[in-house]
Amino acid sequence: MSENLLAVAMSGGVDSSVVAGLMHRRGRKIVGLTMQLWNQRRLPEVQSDAATGRCCSLDDVYDARMVAQHIGIPYYVVNFEDRFEEQVVKPFVNEYLAGRTPIPCTLCNNFIKFDEFLEMAEGVGAQQMATGHYAQITQDAVSGRYQMRKSVDTTKDQTYFLFGLKQDQMARTLFPLGGFNKTEVRALAHELGLPTADKGDSQEICFVPNGDYAAFIDAYFKEQGIDTGATRGEIVNQEGRVLGEHAGVHHFTVGQRKGLRLSVPEPLYVISTEPATQRVVVGANDGLLKASFFTHDVNWISIPGIHTPTRAHVRIRNKHIPAPATLTPTPDPQRVNVHFDEPQRAVTPGQGAVFYDGDLVLGGGWIEN
Amino acid sequence: MNRFYFDHNATTPVSPEVLDVYLPVLMEDYGNASSIHHYGQIAKQKLETARRQTAQLIGCGPREVVFLSGGTEANNLAIFGTKPRHIITTAIEHPSVLNTCAQQGADVTYVPVGSSGLVDPDDIRRAIRPDTGLISVMHVNNEIGTIQPISEIAGLARAAGVLMHSDGVQAAGRIPVNVNELGVDLYSMSAHKMYAPKGTGALYVRKGTPLEPMLYGGRHEQQRRAGTENVAGAAALGAACAMVEWMDGGLRDRLEQGIVDRIPDVTVNGDYRFRSPNTTNLCFDGVEGESLVIALDLRGFAVSTGSACSSGAVEPSHVLIAIGLPAQKAKSSLRFSLGRANTVEQVDGLIEAVCASVAHLRRLSPAYISHV
Repeated sequence: MSENLLAVAMSGGVDSSVVAGLMHRRGRKIVGLTMQLWNQRRLPEVQSDAATGRCCSLDDVYDARMVAQHIGIPYYVVNFEDRFEEQVVKPFVNEYLAGRTPIPCTLCNNFIKFDEFLEMAEGVGAQQMATGHYAQITQDAVSGRYQMRKSVDTTKDQTYFLFGLKQDQMARTLFPLGGFNKTEVRALAHELGLPTADKGDSQEICFVPNGDYAAFIDAYFKEQGIDTGATRGEIVNQEGRVLGEHAGVHHFTVGQRKGLRLSVPEPLYVISTEPATQRVVVGANDGLLKASFFTHDVNWISIPGIHTPTRAHVRIRNKHIPAPATLTPTPDPQRVNVHFDEPQRAVTPGQGAVFYDGDLVLGGGWIEN
Repeated sequence: MNRFYFDHNATTPVSPEVLDVYLPVLMEDYGNASSIHHYGQIAKQKLETARRQTAQLIGCGPREVVFLSGGTEANNLAIFGTKPRHIITTAIEHPSVLNTCAQQGADVTYVPVGSSGLVDPDDIRRAIRPDTGLISVMHVNNEIGTIQPISEIAGLARAAGVLMHSDGVQAAGRIPVNVNELGVDLYSMSAHKMYAPKGTGALYVRKGTPLEPMLYGGRHEQQRRAGTENVAGAAALGAACAMVEWMDGGLRDRLEQGIVDRIPDVTVNGDYRFRSPNTTNLCFDGVEGESLVIALDLRGFAVSTGSACSSGAVEPSHVLIAIGLPAQKAKSSLRFSLGRANTVEQVDGLIEAVCASVAHLRRLSPAYISHV
């Protein structure tokens, strides 16, 4: 068995294709692996004809296989459908029903890609795994601690989805694209002659290709024989006055304006969803502003932790520009209070809060209700 | 890297002797077997020679052999063509039987198999109803190699006036087959499991068995299978039948014993005695079978687990589930199927590779706690 085999997680997209091509050109011995995560034909109600953004479609497996063949590396498709449903799809559905807005990509990174998949890669003989994520891993020369930084291309930076990575996972992981911007990656794809060089970027959550999460949850419930009508309820304002009815709490996320179907003169936004009463609370935009919240299951990445109030920039959703805040530890080391200098719009339970010091990812946790 | 093939139940290479028969038919004796002229007559001769050779292997008359595109079509024709209202089959059949039964529109009774993987003829007897039209039980299982008591089951079928089909795709060429001794009315064969090319198969149809065609067109194959005959494919199948080399179980036993002796917590799936001599299916506790297949492939050894789906991802074997293995044990199981080119040295190399890969995977597996 050769030493130093590198497993490349290949999605069939251009980024992971370039990773495989690039690392092969750098002389690494490579095995390409594609995870089969979800059967796209399983829920006919939410099938999409869109050419992009479909993970695990036969097209993507075909593309990944073509790339592997083009580069000349061994390639395998591995089945993670059961694990993906347990670790990602079910929590995704349950989070919505609990009035939160989940990030399945982070769950997948934490519990599938950098956990069981990384273990499988090691099992087949690969000491390291490379992915197409836009992020950078460095090692502190003094402490030996692995640190994470935003990618050079800040518009593509994916560190928001990677806050759950542990030291032992980072020790075995390579993000070869972290130092490139997307145009360079495209150019590399052409230079390497990759069949996926002009393939579009995926935009949506991979198992909900048409982006309609509520329809996915409805279809999944129908398949499981669960009555989705049970999540219907009232739309109320912040004073508790009933303004209308809704078809299920999973149709709403904090800050949402569309789909309320209320005939009121002023624009109203979802302020919160209350699973216990199945109420959706709406209010004016100002009601969405919030300065302080708690995060749980905090994972520290570039630093071992905090013991005193610490200044940081905090990002509360993928497209949010990190805002200055003070992190305050609590008696529970995995629970941290975030206090923004300026209140931020739509602090959404279930989303991640990722703490930065400049480009350095300090860590992150999950926003509490 | 040297590569060694231990997946002959998936497919076999074309043997040089078969290729010597196959290629000249494609390039020289290429006539349409229905044509009047010389070319057609030569092709017809090749086709009928192949039919005699195929018939001889399974002990039937030449006119009882229908050539078609492969094992899947043979199974489809047997099931669709007999138009049964009620079918009895087993839970461990190949998908080309299971899915065809489900599509055919008949009531289907799936007889269970025990942990041995063997069907109890009494279960078949109890499942027979007045409207039962067909019993379909595979001769040799593709995943665990168990040999079913076909003659006993066929006896029950005959006594009840029910047609008996057996999928013999994994049996023909591996174990002696005589359709009269077995007492079957229909028997499926595939060329590519016996060192002939993919794309050819045969269905034995006992004289007098009512069988409607699935394809309509010309009057080929005694009006049972329309379409210009694949003469080269048939000739290759015929040649393969005429040149069968029987394997004894020696190499398989060496492999199985070598692994079981050297690796703890390995069990043999399915019946130990009534087995095709080329197949062993082993469960490695605490090991993800999929990882083991990849690890072995990266070391140059081709083996398999379960049945592959269209994307190439592996799903747990319905056969292993049917013989009572928990899903985790099914996922920890591998099939090794040997062929005539495998050598003692290759088998010993495979044992070494399996030992190293299983040890590595178990070191990483939190689920594995040695029982030794």
